[in-house]
Amino acid sequence: MSNADKLKQAFVEALQVNSSVITDSLAYEGIREWDSVAHMQLVAALEEAFDIMLDTDDIIDMSSVAKAKEILARYGVAFNR
Amino acid sequence: MNREPPSELSVYGVPQLVKRELLLEDLRRLTQKHVDSCKEYKAILDARGWGASEARSLEDLPFLPVGLFKTETLKSVPVADIVKTLTSSGTTGQAVSRIYLDKETAMMQSRALIKIMQNFIGKERLPMLIVDHPGIVKDRNSFSARGAGILGMANFGRDHCYALRDEDMSLDEGKLEDFLRRNRGGKVLIFGFTFMVWKYFVKPILDGGMDVALDNAVLVHSGGWKKLEDEAVDNATFKRFAFEAAGISRVHNFYGMVEQVGSVFVECSEGYLHAPIHADVIIRSPRDWSALNVGESGLIQVISTLPHSYPGHSLLTEDRGMVVGEDDCRCGLKGRYFLVLGRLPRAEARGCSDTFEAKRKG
Repeated sequence: MSNADKLKQAFVEALQVNSSVITDSLAYEGIREWDSVAHMQLVAALEEAFDIMLDTDDIIDMSSVAKAKEILARYGVAFNR
Repeated sequence: MNREPPSELSVYGVPQLVKRELLLEDLRRLTQKHVDSCKEYKAILDARGWGASEARSLEDLPFLPVGLFKTETLKSVPVADIVKTLTSSGTTGQAVSRIYLDKETAMMQSRALIKIMQNFIGKERLPMLIVDHPGIVKDRNSFSARGAGILGMANFGRDHCYALRDEDMSLDEGKLEDFLRRNRGGKVLIFGFTFMVWKYFVKPILDGGMDVALDNAVLVHSGGWKKLEDEAVDNATFKRFAFEAAGISRVHNFYGMVEQVGSVFVECSEGYLHAPIHADVIIRSPRDWSALNVGESGLIQVISTLPHSYPGHSLLTEDRGMVVGEDDCRCGLKGRYFLVLGRLPRAEARGCSDTFEAKRKG
């Protein structure tokens, strides 16, 4: 599975939404499903999917799907378009 | 008002005189913003002849009694922009405060809380023991103050473990033992409300003679001392027993309220509460509300640059406190540091808001 697919799946599982909703521009608190509770689940899902440990700065910076990719890139997770 | 709260400026590194100028500028603008977008707020200020822009010092800024959020709907954004409504816990039969958050304010609150807490916990997210029951965060659209506090703090943790049972708040010893086994000797974070930590965690461990080793834990707690005072437990006693029960030596109380989430005043290693860069306290005389000096005790006014979606940036609380000093705490943090000395007796507190109401309507 590509990293992009893994990312999408983590979002789908954490937010409990259809994968078509997961676009780069999707933002935290932009939809009802991505609230503070789901955010915590999302962080856990991303950590598990990519076997990394995010710190507290990452969590507040992760304000959109695009931003999540940027942060993951810092941990060596590459996304090819 | 686009200045991000604590970002470039260190949260506790700015001397009080510089900080006062920064705060005054932000708060004057914020006051004007709320006057322009909340007609109830404007009416209150107009009735008292209180202008926003002419405030020459922090002490001149208008302030509302915190209880006003229980009786009035105060918001500065359209209903469509509200992403979360916070309510105060309040005892049965009492009115609760309702605080309306838009996305911007909610995010600034989380961000501020994280920048503050990083000073005491570090950036790394630690395995986290929450001294509460999992049901507390069940309703996702309207959190109690306790639920919101827990979710805010949960950002600092991983592998969250709720230590209490939903049914009766009793300590789930099995879950606690699992948590201890998973993190044996490692650094962990414990968070809970002061009274909950005392009654459902520290005491049962002591009374039950449980063997709990949390020597590497940081315990963060908040929520007021009223119930503990009734049991004659003060901060020193609380810390001593936390150490006796589980070897916990790093304990940080913090003072904050649902009306200003994100603006928390955390206890330093010397036992004093410190104001972060984007917030401050002013102590006022309960008689005439004049601002008091360092070393004098009175009512605590809290100010914060975070509340954008509701006019809660300058609030007179019903808590008594005393500023201990500025910039010279032995812990090294700059800014004001203070102590909370308990709540104003109920009758007096009511007197305060009644006076306020009378002036406003009169």
